[in-house]
Amino acid sequence: MQIKFILGNEAVVEGALSAGCTFFSGYPITPSSEIAEAMSRELPLRDGVFLQMEDEIGAMGVIVGASLTGRKVLTATSGPGFSLKQEILGYASFTEIPCVVVNVQRGGPSTGLPTMASQSDFQQARWGTHGDHPIIVLSPSSVQECFDYTVKAFNLSEKYRTPVIFLMDEVVGHLREKVSIYDSSEIEVEDRAKPTVPPEQYHVYGDGKELVPPLASFGSGYRFHMTGLAHNTLGLPASDPGNVVGFITRIHEKIEKNLDDIIIHKEFFMDDSEIVLVTFGSTTRSAISAAELLREKHSIKAGVLQLVTVWPYPYHLIEKLNNKKKIVVPEMNLGQMRGEVEKVITDKKILGVNRIDGNMITPDEIIEKILKG
Amino acid sequence: MKNVVLNYLRKEMPLPNVWCPGCGHGIILTAIVRAISKMGWSKDEVVLVSGIGCSSRAPAYLDFNTIHTLHGRAIPFATGIKLGNPDLKVIVITGDGDGSAIGGNHFIHACRRNIDINIILFNNNIYGMTGGQFSPTTPNLANTVTTPFGNFDQPFDISKLAIAAGATFVAKSTAFHANLLEQYIVKALEHKGISFVEAITQCPTCFGRRNQFKDATSMMKWLKEHSITKSKFDKLMEEDPGSIGKDDIVTGIFTDRNDLPEYIEQYRNKVQELLTQEKKHGK
Repeated sequence: MQIKFILGNEAVVEGALSAGCTFFSGYPITPSSEIAEAMSRELPLRDGVFLQMEDEIGAMGVIVGASLTGRKVLTATSGPGFSLKQEILGYASFTEIPCVVVNVQRGGPSTGLPTMASQSDFQQARWGTHGDHPIIVLSPSSVQECFDYTVKAFNLSEKYRTPVIFLMDEVVGHLREKVSIYDSSEIEVEDRAKPTVPPEQYHVYGDGKELVPPLASFGSGYRFHMTGLAHNTLGLPASDPGNVVGFITRIHEKIEKNLDDIIIHKEFFMDDSEIVLVTFGSTTRSAISAAELLREKHSIKAGVLQLVTVWPYPYHLIEKLNNKKKIVVPEMNLGQMRGEVEKVITDKKILGVNRIDGNMITPDEIIEKILKG
Repeated sequence: MKNVVLNYLRKEMPLPNVWCPGCGHGIILTAIVRAISKMGWSKDEVVLVSGIGCSSRAPAYLDFNTIHTLHGRAIPFATGIKLGNPDLKVIVITGDGDGSAIGGNHFIHACRRNIDINIILFNNNIYGMTGGQFSPTTPNLANTVTTPFGNFDQPFDISKLAIAAGATFVAKSTAFHANLLEQYIVKALEHKGISFVEAITQCPTCFGRRNQFKDATSMMKWLKEHSITKSKFDKLMEEDPGSIGKDDIVTGIFTDRNDLPEYIEQYRNKVQELLTQEKKHGK
């Protein structure tokens, strides 16, 4: 273990390397650029590959291709670049190719606020690519969490054969904090399951029932086909309705049936709380301060429920808040996560604290909104 | 004589294939398979990567490591596969729309980057899979479903584009000249660095019938009659440039050079050099 004082973006690189990532491709974009810059220094000397591509789509294609050779792969982007990633994110989700995609959110829409903070890609992270597809999205609130949950992002990606989105924001990306860096021998590292059957019996999508079928690498002697068309267990195009239904159901079930393993959350002052702040990302930091101040200065029992896994959305955790007096959702957007809370808490108004000017929500803003009602 | 292609067909793929009667794609695919066979490569070390379109359906029929990616994106996927495992022989199969329109940016950058992958582009001058819309290689004033009054675009010469972008091997042939095409593909596969082979082919269904070709045979005859070799073209340019038709297809190997470093080799050498230096300095 090493103690470092680094940026959130740099902690992502440390986490990726400890998790076994040996391949990065990206395209310059603020505020994620430090990730590519650090990877370009680190990877080549570790027998890894760094490639800057001609555009965001190209970089995404490169990492998904490289993942098929057995590499653990990463790309990082922001704002408009995340829009461009969506095409191949859908492909990776449907063909079940592991990869980790970092989005250091900045103000949008469009080119928006390139160097300022935002959490307005919350829904895009879930629904940015077309079609019904499963996805896992993790969101860190500190530099330590950038390290810890980048490792987790790789582990989940490998374990469930799925893209994982690491949804940061500019505050966390450019925050410099003390962080404990562990090397791969000190942490749990998951590698994708490889086939154990002889090549002639191998189906890249298993028997159609197995939730996460083993994935062979190109060149390993297991020859198979992959396509973004609806496909059968051999990976060959197959559009008959029964097959399609079974396939799409399975790729959703592999996530939905493992929520206990996938969903990570943290609770602060929740035990006796009457008011709960539901948060993700850097807003959690202001929410924790606000809860402390509400307790100290206003004798209001406030608690914080921080969602680290934001997709699949932990509705079951929100349901448990039904008996609380008030639920508050501070987020740097116009209420993208509040809508998810409102899906399960229908008998009371959910209070939103929203900011869209590129600046962070302060503890005072949260307190003021709560005191006003 | 047994058809060598049969050794490479993926038995689980249902036949007949998706291509229309008279389509030239099968001829090009056969040339590719024969060329791979001549290289003596094992099925396990070959990767075929395609985008979207008629040509891009080819890899699924063959018993290699195969991947049918997204429209225009075959080259990025192939680049990742090659960099991920440089021992693999990576061949991109693409079309005129896939490779020079939606994937055009990836194409020119792959040409300049000089990674050792092979790109084979089936150019049938049309978007066949979607029903016959004009592509970047559809001739000026040709009729297509989206140029009902004739095509007002000027066509790309994709081989020239590849040369200008810095590709180190560029050749062109046609579905009529199948044996020559196969020879060019062999040379492309042997080449170290990026190689590009353009294969002009006929689409009787979507292009021919809207442009006064009565059938596939007449289109192949046209390919035969309108193709001139590069050496003949160069000679005519000096002696009788007026005799060269504006739609004539110049075939041949246009570029075959080894003066640029192959990307992966340069990358590896540099890393090796740095690691040796670090060792020396006891780092």
